[in-house]
Amino acid sequence: MTDPTVTTMMTEFGPWLAFLTPELASRIQFGWAITIHIIFAALSVGLAPFLVYFTVQEVRTGKERYVRLRKFWTKIFAVGFIMGTVTGIPMGFMFGTNFGAFSTVAGELIGGPLSFEAKMAFFLEAVFLGILLFGRDRVSDWFYALSSFMVALGAWLSAFWILVVNSWMQTPRGYEIVMEDGVQIAQLTDPLAAFFNPRFPWMYVHMQNAAIISVTLLIVGIAAYFVWKNRDSDVWKTALRVGVVVLLLTSTFQAIHGDMYGRHVAETQPHKFAAMEAHYETGSADLHVVAIPTEFESITDPRADNLYTISIPHFASFLASGGDPNAEVTGLNDFEYDSPPVAWVFWSFRIMVGLGFWFIALGAWGTYRLWKGGLADDDRLLKALMLSSPLGFVALITGWYVAEIGRQPWIIQDVLKTSDGVSPPVTGTEATLTLLAFVVGYVLLFSVFLYVLKRIIDEEADRHEIGIADDNRPDSPGVPADD
Amino acid sequence: MTSVFSDSAYVLESLPELWFGLVVFALGVYLLLDGFDFGLGILFAEADDSERELMLAAFGPLWKANEVWLVLFGTVLFAGFPAVYANVLGRYYLLVFAILFSLSLRGLGSKLREERDDEQWVRFWDACFVAGSTLSPFLLGVFVASWVLGEPSPLAIAPFVVGLTVVALAVVLGGAFLGVKTRRGLRTRVVQRGQLATGAYILLFVITAAVLYSQYPGLRPVLLSGSTGALVVVTLVFAAANVVAASRERYHASVLSASGLAATLVVFLATLLYPTVDPAAGLTIADAVVSPLALNMTSVFAAIFMPIIVGYFLFLYSVFSGPVTADQRYK
Repeated sequence: MTDPTVTTMMTEFGPWLAFLTPELASRIQFGWAITIHIIFAALSVGLAPFLVYFTVQEVRTGKERYVRLRKFWTKIFAVGFIMGTVTGIPMGFMFGTNFGAFSTVAGELIGGPLSFEAKMAFFLEAVFLGILLFGRDRVSDWFYALSSFMVALGAWLSAFWILVVNSWMQTPRGYEIVMEDGVQIAQLTDPLAAFFNPRFPWMYVHMQNAAIISVTLLIVGIAAYFVWKNRDSDVWKTALRVGVVVLLLTSTFQAIHGDMYGRHVAETQPHKFAAMEAHYETGSADLHVVAIPTEFESITDPRADNLYTISIPHFASFLASGGDPNAEVTGLNDFEYDSPPVAWVFWSFRIMVGLGFWFIALGAWGTYRLWKGGLADDDRLLKALMLSSPLGFVALITGWYVAEIGRQPWIIQDVLKTSDGVSPPVTGTEATLTLLAFVVGYVLLFSVFLYVLKRIIDEEADRHEIGIADDNRPDSPGVPADD
Repeated sequence: MTSVFSDSAYVLESLPELWFGLVVFALGVYLLLDGFDFGLGILFAEADDSERELMLAAFGPLWKANEVWLVLFGTVLFAGFPAVYANVLGRYYLLVFAILFSLSLRGLGSKLREERDDEQWVRFWDACFVAGSTLSPFLLGVFVASWVLGEPSPLAIAPFVVGLTVVALAVVLGGAFLGVKTRRGLRTRVVQRGQLATGAYILLFVITAAVLYSQYPGLRPVLLSGSTGALVVVTLVFAAANVVAASRERYHASVLSASGLAATLVVFLATLLYPTVDPAAGLTIADAVVSPLALNMTSVFAAIFMPIIVGYFLFLYSVFSGPVTADQRYK
């Protein structure tokens, strides 16, 4: 900003507002915006396959229960999609507004995939969601089902390209550094090596499965609520039965996959692995299964000697090397660059893994009840499912904190530091101002989302109370009266 | 012909210029399609509740898809000219977030008003919808003009005037769109508003040209060139056609001529920019474009997907063609 009036304005308000550097304000802003956005992104990715299932079943069987499930979850999908669009568009633009130097350096590698995302995924999703929401009577049944598949495909392709970009930032390949107009930039040399870099498959599988787990928990949580209110609800008992089995399978798979993923991280980003275990001194590393802070300082600065821990000696070495308990794990003190914010990585990792095991337990408990009978009558299980319904998203977000905060101080691993990636013209005042707007705006936005979600749930609960048929009576018409 | 996987030459010699054309095309289609929505949102202000329901039934299935063109514009600019993407967005930092904020207001307003029946709640989100629909085209006009004119700050006269011009254009587009989508009293009124806005648009277009001529001596050769003259004639023809079509109840013709106005404006702004892409930083297309391999690769994707995308829109607009009725809301 060089306009005189603006400059005066900034100098008057500047010192008061600019208590954050452009770098720190930009990082917090991006991190906060993605924290909210990823909830909606994961909701789309995870819910899409379920919607396809409900829609296809509705068209195939004409059963009322599928019409009900499709309508209920399409409403939630639609609200989530709008929230996802509203919070997602700023993410793409923030590469330019806040991380301009990064965008200039890595433009050839990440600009392409982002444009593929728009071309392949966003249009597909937006166009066919229009049909899904407004076109039930305007297109044929099978075309309607196809539309839900197209929306799902769009959501999964979108995640594909975004994770191509993100995984490239973790394990960059297929480029060389060249000088252009006095600036070093990464020039694309091999698109396939860049897109399918070593991290990509790990990330895509882990993230997509995490999204499915999160949505499954949401579905079984809400189903548990409806079943708890009305034990005769065939619609929601169906959802509950399918949900607990899916939960057990997907969360068990996630744990096994996560273990192997961790080994890959230890090989490719040793400083992140060290931060996950707060491992400072190079040597054999222990795995801290339980870590409890004993004083306030141990929250912000977790180290084995100021935590109460239950540890498996040498087990982190064992995991990192795939079997050697004495394998040397480089400690944070021995890297040539700064450590990431260890506390964030260490605690986020523990929250993610701890919740992951809880999901396996829940899934096993539910599946056991299903097998033995009485799934719908176990109040304690139903309550546990209800309380756990948002926790998948918590695990997913903390998992991303491990991946992203653990990559610091790099914005592109070993290529560009985050501090060198920030937009040169942006001032601390401007960045702080927009950060405040994002904090306030997204708190309001998310409250509105929760409110709307609650309304949709209440509306469904009311239908239960007044006893609208949710079973498949032979004499009931296939398509219900409008609500 | 050079191989697509060549890292030493562009598949076509003029590929960087074609990519510049794609950036302009994406921006133009965005301003056109979301222009329908912005205009609808502005005209929403004076509609009564039952008319508002109708207007939102016309808006509902289309706006999200329309807004994706903005994302396409951003990512295509990023993919082809990353330095320009970084420079321009960083330079107009607060303005960019103001645009995103007003777009959010518009999107949320339309969706959230129907989530509760209470009067105050509905009025609040209606006001957000109207404010967002009015501010967005204004700020977008300011942004594009600041970029094209190489202004270091958006607080200058010319971007302000262009912002107003884009708002007038949005009302022209919204009036024409609603002419097709509604019936009877509402249609008569919105079409009339569109005709008035066409007059305002021509006036503002002339003012814009005058401001550019007096304040940007460097642009005088372009402004006095034959191509600008042709664009002015085309603008007048489309404006006249729009007014005549609307008064003869030829609503589809009115949409086409209003679209012609939008296209002409975008082409005009692009001629001011070409062959630079970031005048404030002194970057030309050749300076800022990515390396051959990167551009060849993204162009292959564009060549495959752009026709598909255009197909989606022809399909979407045909599924939701014709006048709306109040019951066409998602239930």
